[in-house]
Amino acid sequence: MQKRVTFKSAWLPYVLVAPQIIITLIFFIWPASQALFQSMLVEDAFGLSSEFVWFENFEELFTDPLYGESVWTTVVFSVSTTFLALSSGLLLAVAANRVIRGATFYKSALLWPYAVAPAVAGVLWLFMFSPANGIIALALDAMGYKWNHVLDGEQAMLLVVLAAAWKQIAYNFLFFLAGLQMIPKSLIEAAAIDGAGPVKRFWTIVFPLLSPTTFFLLVVNVVYAFFDTFGIIHAVTSGGPAGATNILVYKVFNDGFVGLDLGGSAAQSVILMIIVISLTVVQFRYLERRVQY
Amino acid sequence: MVENRPFLTFLTHAVIILGLLIIVFPIYVAFVASTHATEDLVTTVQPWFGDQLVENYRTVLTAGKINAGGVPVGMMMWNSLVMAVGIVVGKIAISLLSAFAIVYFRFPLRMTCFWVIFLTLMLPVEVRILPTYKVVVDLGLLNTYTGLILPLIASATATFLFRQFFLTVPDELAEAARVDGAGPMRFFLTILLPLSRTNIAALAVILFIYGWNQYLWPLLITTETNMTTIVMGIQRMLYVADSIPEWNLTMTTAILAMLPPVIVVLVLQRQFVKGLVETEK
Repeated sequence: MQKRVTFKSAWLPYVLVAPQIIITLIFFIWPASQALFQSMLVEDAFGLSSEFVWFENFEELFTDPLYGESVWTTVVFSVSTTFLALSSGLLLAVAANRVIRGATFYKSALLWPYAVAPAVAGVLWLFMFSPANGIIALALDAMGYKWNHVLDGEQAMLLVVLAAAWKQIAYNFLFFLAGLQMIPKSLIEAAAIDGAGPVKRFWTIVFPLLSPTTFFLLVVNVVYAFFDTFGIIHAVTSGGPAGATNILVYKVFNDGFVGLDLGGSAAQSVILMIIVISLTVVQFRYLERRVQY
Repeated sequence: MVENRPFLTFLTHAVIILGLLIIVFPIYVAFVASTHATEDLVTTVQPWFGDQLVENYRTVLTAGKINAGGVPVGMMMWNSLVMAVGIVVGKIAISLLSAFAIVYFRFPLRMTCFWVIFLTLMLPVEVRILPTYKVVVDLGLLNTYTGLILPLIASATATFLFRQFFLTVPDELAEAARVDGAGPMRFFLTILLPLSRTNIAALAVILFIYGWNQYLWPLLITTETNMTTIVMGIQRMLYVADSIPEWNLTMTTAILAMLPPVIVVLVLQRQFVKGLVETEK
């Protein structure tokens, strides 16, 4: 944790950590404590006075059917996005790991969507599925399937899931490929000599050995789906139609910034905070175990 | 490869090529759209490139989309660049300094500082939107570059990365520097900083993408159109009431929005991969 050889100074270390600590206190700790405090307040319509109500905001939230819907929407969205992004990333990594000729080219070609902003990825997919002139929407029309995500909630959800997963494939691909390359060749060869086919080898040797990578990516992808996809939702559907894509992060923003419901929005922030903290704890406990593995 | 299975090899290439097509297709569609005139895209799909490429890109860069406020995209890109570079420089600078203090000094409150920095991991912007916005308003930082950059430069990941690296630097170096009469800052500047070069480069690539792609924060902090960044500015082009949607201009902007970070990833691929793997440790 620390060096044997250290420098001595009564003031220098404080000066060195000061910029980081001051910014953290002003822009992180203070607002977060404000959110905690506000989550227990109710303001009147003009914002002139406020009353301390303990956990009333939370009670209201948990009995609000709209919040329940938003939780369900978030679960559907995160599970679908994570599953789609993880399975496609794994499939491509397994394929790229088998290839000998052109491996570097494939790798570079699959990597770069990571650099595309979620909101921009959303706009690209929005254009392809635009009901009047989108190439996929018109193709679906021609096949007799009416596409209009502006009216159909399920189609809107499918659209944001596709855009969100598309952007994340590159990341999962990279980490799965690194994981696959660490698996000793001798294990695979031994299994092949014993007569196990490629499919059996994958499920009984490769996949179990990849489990640390898979678990790590699972956490990262859930965090991504929960928080980083705000741009996609905001740009593509604005939570609509009729709340069909209103995930928790978008709801916090919308209730607080557009609806100006301070207490309710703060209570939602606190719940999100608890989610982030638990995900971080899971990630770090797992990392400790990976060191031993 | 363990054994020769021609069918499996064929399947492998098929999977990769299909994957590549899915990855590239949205970009292709957008790029084709950005080379056509507005009228050609209203109800039809254009399969191949048009002849309006120069025209569209010039319009967007210098004038923007007139019926969506007409903010020149060139200006938005400039704002994005300032923000991204500011975040890269700021984050790396303050993380290097605090990691140096935490590793090379013993002082009371050392562990407190460590945990305060650690807490930032658990408090992304999304969970404290309104109160952070209020702080920025109170400090008078709305619509300023400082407001865009400063709140985003605190970073636990970067600090931990440098801390991890400093711990691997041999103690003998610090000892030798001390024997030769170098103070802590001299040691930091002439020995530690040059040694950290590759780590800094890797982190800079990741942070540039992070900064350029910010969405929620600029959305909150910029109310004046001349401060919008390109990634959030594109959203304002999508929904324009009472006019034909100029998809060609929107797609031109989309291409311009992803060009800088994609180029960075492709050109600095080694640093990018290193940075991605290390920041997640």
